[in-house]
Amino acid sequence: MKKKVLTVDDSRTIRNMLLVTLNNAGFETIQAEDGVEGLEVLEEANPDVIVTDINMPRLDGFGFIEGVRRNEKYRAIPILVLTTESDAEKKNRARQAGATGWIVKPFDPTKLIDAIERVTA
Amino acid sequence: MDMNEIKEIFFQECEEQLAELESGLLRLNDGDRDPETVNAVFRAVHSIKGGAGAFGLDDLVSFAHVFETTLDCVRSNKLEPTAEVLKVMLKSADVLADLTNVARDGGSVDQARSKQLIRELEALANGEAPPPAAVVEAPAAKPAAAAPAPVVNDEGFVPVAFSFDDFGGEEDVLIVHPTYEISFKPKADLYSKGNEATLLLRDLSRLGEMSIHCNMEALPSLEQMDPESAYFSWKISVKTDKGEDAIRSVFEFAEWDCDLEISLADEGTAAEMTDEELPMQPVPFDLSVLDDEPDAPVGVVEEEERLAAVHESAATVAAAEVASNVVQLASTASRAAAEPKAAAPAAAAAQNTAQAASAAAPTIRVDLDRVDRLINLVGELVINQAMLSQSVIENDNNGTSSINMGLEELQQLTREIQDSVMAIRAQPVKPVFQRMARTVREIADITGKSVRLITEGENTEVDKTVIDKLAEPLTHMIRNAVDHGLEMPEKRVALGKNPEGTVRLTAKHRSGRIVIELADDGQGINREKVRQKAIDNDLIAADANLSDEEIDNLIFHAGFSTADKVSDLSGRGVGMDVVKRSIQALGGRINISSKPGHGSVFTMSLPLTLAVLDGMVVTVAGQTLVVPLTAIVETLQPEASAIHSFGASQRLISIRNSFCPLVDVGRILNFRSTQANPVEGVALLVESEGGGQRALMVDAIQGQRQVVIKSLEANYTHVPGIAAATILGDGRVALILDVDAVVSASRGQPLKLETSLAAAG
Repeated sequence: MKKKVLTVDDSRTIRNMLLVTLNNAGFETIQAEDGVEGLEVLEEANPDVIVTDINMPRLDGFGFIEGVRRNEKYRAIPILVLTTESDAEKKNRARQAGATGWIVKPFDPTKLIDAIERVTA
Repeated sequence: MDMNEIKEIFFQECEEQLAELESGLLRLNDGDRDPETVNAVFRAVHSIKGGAGAFGLDDLVSFAHVFETTLDCVRSNKLEPTAEVLKVMLKSADVLADLTNVARDGGSVDQARSKQLIRELEALANGEAPPPAAVVEAPAAKPAAAAPAPVVNDEGFVPVAFSFDDFGGEEDVLIVHPTYEISFKPKADLYSKGNEATLLLRDLSRLGEMSIHCNMEALPSLEQMDPESAYFSWKISVKTDKGEDAIRSVFEFAEWDCDLEISLADEGTAAEMTDEELPMQPVPFDLSVLDDEPDAPVGVVEEEERLAAVHESAATVAAAEVASNVVQLASTASRAAAEPKAAAPAAAAAQNTAQAASAAAPTIRVDLDRVDRLINLVGELVINQAMLSQSVIENDNNGTSSINMGLEELQQLTREIQDSVMAIRAQPVKPVFQRMARTVREIADITGKSVRLITEGENTEVDKTVIDKLAEPLTHMIRNAVDHGLEMPEKRVALGKNPEGTVRLTAKHRSGRIVIELADDGQGINREKVRQKAIDNDLIAADANLSDEEIDNLIFHAGFSTADKVSDLSGRGVGMDVVKRSIQALGGRINISSKPGHGSVFTMSLPLTLAVLDGMVVTVAGQTLVVPLTAIVETLQPEASAIHSFGASQRLISIRNSFCPLVDVGRILNFRSTQANPVEGVALLVESEGGGQRALMVDAIQGQRQVVIKSLEANYTHVPGIAAATILGDGRVALILDVDAVVSASRGQPLKLETSLAAAG
């Protein structure tokens, strides 16, 4: 069965790149534009793994991750953070919020897929 | 979708982000201290950087990075967004826009400018004076390091310096891969964050020959066991040529939540050590067992798997006990899975409300070609409907009411469709206005003047074609306003004015047109100078008696420039005459009013659309013409007593005690060679460019109608005196009069007719 990936990113460009990359790698992709939408679609999307941006309007990545972790069903889902931010403080916050891993943009499609495979198998 | 399409999307998005960036910075400049504004500005730059990185647009990335770092300082309240800071940021926004354009269209950017700004931005982020030029290439991370806040308890992520050269020689000789000893003890957090020890171990096994020892000492009795805690630790030895980096990267995500030690072991001692430390024999770890993942919450599954692994190894725990435990865990799993389902309807309801809220203004992106095709079709529909009406009226003299009513409804619907379609093309003038902000900044910089641009009515909508064509004349006018209109700060202070000059750009709708006003509070038009210049250039006679208004309008004459010295900006050979011509080409008019010492106001009035026109259908020498309704002030039937001869062939008409030149349209357009008798025709009083009025003589008025504009230039060729053509209800082509051209022709500048219109018609 195809693995489902929920991507949360406010940039249309990145959303499209994720879509192409993930679809080419044989994943089913569900996309949300910010943390609020991400949480809204979570139940219905029922993903196997989540890839999220940090800087987003309405609800940022930290809040989104915390929201997902509060959900009993998804509290242990792998969440990868995909962002241009690379400073330690942000990483720590994301990890405290419950992020599984961290990928710094610009993402290299191979690296992204590797990372997803690593946390989903 | 391929990469090129995504790239196209990226550039579209960049434009939006740049607009967002600029408007956000301007809001900050106006004293807005809402954190969300700062966030939005930051996000704009951040998004551009993110996308640019994905496409390898390095110049864009590195500039955006420095910019973003400085913005981050503002975001975290380390840097106060003062006017000075915002000035640098607005300039940086301009450079970012340039870099984006270069990335899309090629070309080159002003390297010196962007380097200078990088220096300034870095200085701001560091809270220090700009560093000398040599430091420009300093790593962009520097500002962040200088900022006091970041707590670096992030050892796990510090790249491990590693070089294959370290063991290269040894390897070559012995052809033995080094063995690494790894001690790995996950914490409960590792599992709760969605990481998975088995997956890590399997990844590790791909690096080379591996043996794993699992330490299960910590495992409590089943009653005491917390299924979500972590009890196992592993000692792993891997023989690999991939190096420590590869091993570290396996644990990249897990390093946060585990104790991890990696060391290079001597061949041979490794086994001894593990044997001593571990009370058990090495357990052969069959990872393939773990691949079949049941559909249950990951945390529980993971526990299950670990227990299964224990079971497989048949090491210490009794098989039956484990089995029962697995069953127990499985039931926990199904309970856990069932709970969220119960909560689902409530969540769905909440989702609906949230969606309704976020769906305030949904938009779609449509290819402009499609809209234009629709507009064309609707245009054809309008013509067709008019033709249908006409033929029904001609053939149905007794006026069957049901047909007429149907036709009327059709007409109304057609009109509504047309309006709706036009509304699709309508766009706010905001983007153009935003570009003007940049123009103002640049000119202010070059001229050394201090200028504040105030924009009003940015959301006024007008046809996209009009917007696209508006930027150029507007840019030029703004340049003029700052360069010629505003005084130098010192002079302004001496005059008792605010040293900062104001340029006000306003857009509003007025009677079916869009009116754009550009006002400055500068010195106004120096009429003496203009007059002298006009005399010098033989534009007017030395003794001509001109009203202030007429003098002001002289600046619209070709080749007119009053700047003493040709400055960098205005003297580019593009004068106000070009501005005027481009406004006219849009079917617009431009007026100037100026008060010496107080500034000038340029007023442009433009049609909302270039696709349809409300016109008066008239007959001239047997030809049907359409006169744009916006130009007509009133229509009147001249009386013989009101007509006065003037000069050799000029005639005037007196209207309410003032005289107005009479223009015989038929003569001007060469429809006829003799003058028509004014008393037999109708006079259309029109407002012409300079504000003066003229009476256009036509033979008769047929009616008033909305017509679809068909470009003559696109289908035939430009005809002087004619703006465009249209198709009337009876299917005949009618020409749309270019009122201003006809009026200026009547002033003795004959239309240069390449072909006689009568022949062409």
